Amino acid sequence: MARSPIFLERRSYRVRRMMDAVRLLPVLGLALFMVPLIWPVPSDDPSETMPMSTALEYLFGAWMFLVLAGWLLWRRTGAHAADPASDPAAKPPVTEAR
Amino acid sequence: MVSLNQLVIVCLTYVAGLFFVAFMAERAALRGRGGWLLHSPLVYTLSLSIYCTAWTFYGAVGYAARSGLEYVTIYLGPSLVMFGWWWVLRRLVRIGRSQRVTSVADLISSRYGKSNLLAIIVTVMAVVGVTPYIALQLQSVVLSLSIFAAPEAIPGAEVGAGINAGRAALWVALGLALFTVLFGTRNLNVNERHHGVVIAVAVEAVVKLVALLAVGIFVVWGVAGGLTETMTRIDASEIGAFRVQGSRWAALTALSGAALLCLPRMFQVMVVENDDERYLQIASWAFPLYMLLMSLFVVPIAVVGLDLLPEGSNPDLFVLSLPLSQGQNGLAMLSFLGGFSSATSMVIVATLALSTMVSNHIVMPIWLALRRDGATQSGDVRNVVILARRLSILLIIGLGFLYYRSSGGSGALAAIGTISFGGVAQFLPAMLGGIFWRGATRMGALCGLSLGFALWLFTMLLPSFGMDTVLSQAVYETGLMGLGWLRPQALFGIEGLDPTVHAVVWSLSLNAIIFVVVSLFTFPDPVERLQGAQFVNVFDHSSPARGWTASVAGSEDLMIMAQRILGAREAQAFFAGEARRQGFADGLPQPTPRFVQALERELAGAVGAATAHAMVAQIVGGTSVSVQDLLAVADESAQMLEYSSQLEAKSRELSQTAAQLREANEKLTQLSLQKDGFLSQISHELRTPMTSIRSFSEILRDAKGIKAADKTRYASIIHDETIRLTRLLDDLLDLSVLQNGQVTLNVQSAPLSRVLDQAITTALAGRNGALAICRDPLTEALPLTTDLDRLGQVFINLVANAAKYCRAAEPELSIKVQESDGPLVIDFVDNGAGIAEDAQAVIFEKFFRVHGVEGEGAGLGLAICHEIMTRLGGGIRYLPQGAGTGFRIWLPAEREAGV
Repeated sequence: MARSPIFLERRSYRVRRMMDAVRLLPVLGLALFMVPLIWPVPSDDPSETMPMSTALEYLFGAWMFLVLAGWLLWRRTGAHAADPASDPAAKPPVTEAR
Repeated sequence: MVSLNQLVIVCLTYVAGLFFVAFMAERAALRGRGGWLLHSPLVYTLSLSIYCTAWTFYGAVGYAARSGLEYVTIYLGPSLVMFGWWWVLRRLVRIGRSQRVTSVADLISSRYGKSNLLAIIVTVMAVVGVTPYIALQLQSVVLSLSIFAAPEAIPGAEVGAGINAGRAALWVALGLALFTVLFGTRNLNVNERHHGVVIAVAVEAVVKLVALLAVGIFVVWGVAGGLTETMTRIDASEIGAFRVQGSRWAALTALSGAALLCLPRMFQVMVVENDDERYLQIASWAFPLYMLLMSLFVVPIAVVGLDLLPEGSNPDLFVLSLPLSQGQNGLAMLSFLGGFSSATSMVIVATLALSTMVSNHIVMPIWLALRRDGATQSGDVRNVVILARRLSILLIIGLGFLYYRSSGGSGALAAIGTISFGGVAQFLPAMLGGIFWRGATRMGALCGLSLGFALWLFTMLLPSFGMDTVLSQAVYETGLMGLGWLRPQALFGIEGLDPTVHAVVWSLSLNAIIFVVVSLFTFPDPVERLQGAQFVNVFDHSSPARGWTASVAGSEDLMIMAQRILGAREAQAFFAGEARRQGFADGLPQPTPRFVQALERELAGAVGAATAHAMVAQIVGGTSVSVQDLLAVADESAQMLEYSSQLEAKSRELSQTAAQLREANEKLTQLSLQKDGFLSQISHELRTPMTSIRSFSEILRDAKGIKAADKTRYASIIHDETIRLTRLLDDLLDLSVLQNGQVTLNVQSAPLSRVLDQAITTALAGRNGALAICRDPLTEALPLTTDLDRLGQVFINLVANAAKYCRAAEPELSIKVQESDGPLVIDFVDNGAGIAEDAQAVIFEKFFRVHGVEGEGAGLGLAICHEIMTRLGGGIRYLPQGAGTGFRIWLPAEREAGV
């Protein structure tokens, strides 16, 4: 394999950062989905409760946000991600300019 | 109100429609058409929706009505796994494709050295874990049917009220079995995908989504009167506050995420039926979207159901009973079909996946074991495999049906979804460990799986039957066999945990810990290590590492076996392609390791890795890789190194030999020149005396009146010349005798001084005072026992040479005798000019004469000396250092030469 240069062309750089985002999306998802852990539970303190409607709005909002993010990332990286040599680190940078 | 008969007719029509769709899809795939649909990411995503079973369709609402928002964790976990497709799913799919994995059991067994034991354990665990789930689907269909059958029975919703539940369940089970057998076992090679099934599943996915959305929209906008009103209603209801314990939230999310990866049916659609890795990324957002939509209206339906329906209604059936209670028969019908779809698609795919596992890992190995030489015998294995798979399908659906009948559709079934997840999630450590960690071993996987399975049985499955059914109350209170730390809901005495959280945490964590610890302390066998490297480094080199080393496998045997598993046409095409690749126009390919490897993989697609491995092993013989093979690979490089160093040594040797040859050649050339020189010399030497002899004898014959004095002079000249000739011939003869080894030594004893005295006297006879001899009488007083005449000859020759050729003004020859413990050494050194360096190498050769030196010898003296000394066991050599010409002769220490 040819040694890849340290600095990449702007476009390949973008693609790689998008792939980073693809990889980090589940981490963000985990953080968002685990937020309910800090919500008050009636059994602890009956006075403080999280209304169901808010809980629903938050969860489905976060869910939808993640779906949209996944969709956007797919739009940006779809051609590269599932390529056999898809590891951008292992892939020689795309050199043609556009 | 819809009558039961109407419902049955709609149901049958729907099923007939499904059969038709599946049939058309199969046909289109066979003709190579409709690829855009069959191979589209949409169908792939929709087929993933078998995750949402009747448990989702009916159960989620019931779940929400009982426990609020907790139901959503069942979809959040899988969504997270899908969002993280890059990390795990992508790897799984790649491995599944490159290793031709047929099931989750196949994956694990293949990873850990194609171990069949592991495959059997995973299969059994999967069957135990999934069978109740299948029963749950049958139950939901029967329940939903019963609602239509006895609308008055909605309150309480007694199972099977109004219809014969058992018979209905039997018919449903039979129908599902028929569908699965028809479309699931059409082709043997699982990797060729079940287009019919996949398409049917996709259609059902749409049906259930549409049905649930329709009910939801009806409830929110038709019943509750809009979004805001619904929200107010939700907050005012009894599930109006978030009240999920954090531990359950996290544990259920993790559990469902794990289940997405480990459920056999999910593995089937996600990995085995995957056409294109790129679809995975599309599914990574599309499938969470699907699940989002599926769970979107769950809470509104539950809240409105709780509000509107009479107290005691089964919340599991709100999706059906709400539209019915509002008189929306069409919607209720759609909803029923949605639930029916969820149940049937799940049962079909789950059964398909399980039957593949059962037939590949349990039936086929048994069949192979029963027929020791089975793989090469005649008879179509294809039929056996397909039959095994069909029987497995019937067996699994039968088991589900039996479970349903025996559990009597009890309320315990509602929890079976989570329990089932808990069972299959036990595969997770072995699976993830297998694809990310090369150090994971078979023993580790075995121990981890077994422990996790046992814990799951003890803490999750058995307690689910209720107290005092399987486990007595005493076990709950005092632990198994009275051991306090073995209580099913408080292992190690840690109490206060939610039972589900308790079971999930303990079983998964101990499973993983034991898996890792045992892996750390055991050593994998070679096949395991090869497979491990291939699984973990699947993106580095997708090509298979070499496995089979033996090439004794007959191509014909392989061909016969392949024909019987793959089918004659496919097998012939495969072999022909391989033969072409190997460069044969026709005929069978050579059974190269690469070819056997490819064939095994092809077979693995049909009967699973472990069975394929066993079958090929029967023909090829022995294990594929032994330590010796690995060592041999390592040895090869060592041998190469050794070989190259040998070559180096050889080439060094050769160059040395070449140098020696060059030297010898030079010597030969020189000798040849000398021989030429000698020939002219000897002809001259012979000619000169001959000429004189002839001339003087002619004078004596012809001339008259010669004086007597002259006559005498002439005669003596003739005599002298004759003597000279004789001496020359004697020398030649002498040398030839010495060289041929025909000489007999005349061994005598005398002091060295006497031998020297005689030699000097003889050599210097007639050369009065010409050469001064320098001697040390003390050192010469040595006794000698050798051929004294020959030794004297050498001395004479050396002294005479010195006398003849020493050109010094006052020629002097010093004779030094040295004797230490070693040989006796005698040096003859004169004060002459010495011999030129280039001549030194050849002075002992025959016919050598130093150029430009006058003399009477024929150049045989030194050669004779050399031969004599060799015969006497000593030697002679020229002494290059020193002032004049010097020779050193030595005799062996005991001086018993020749004896």
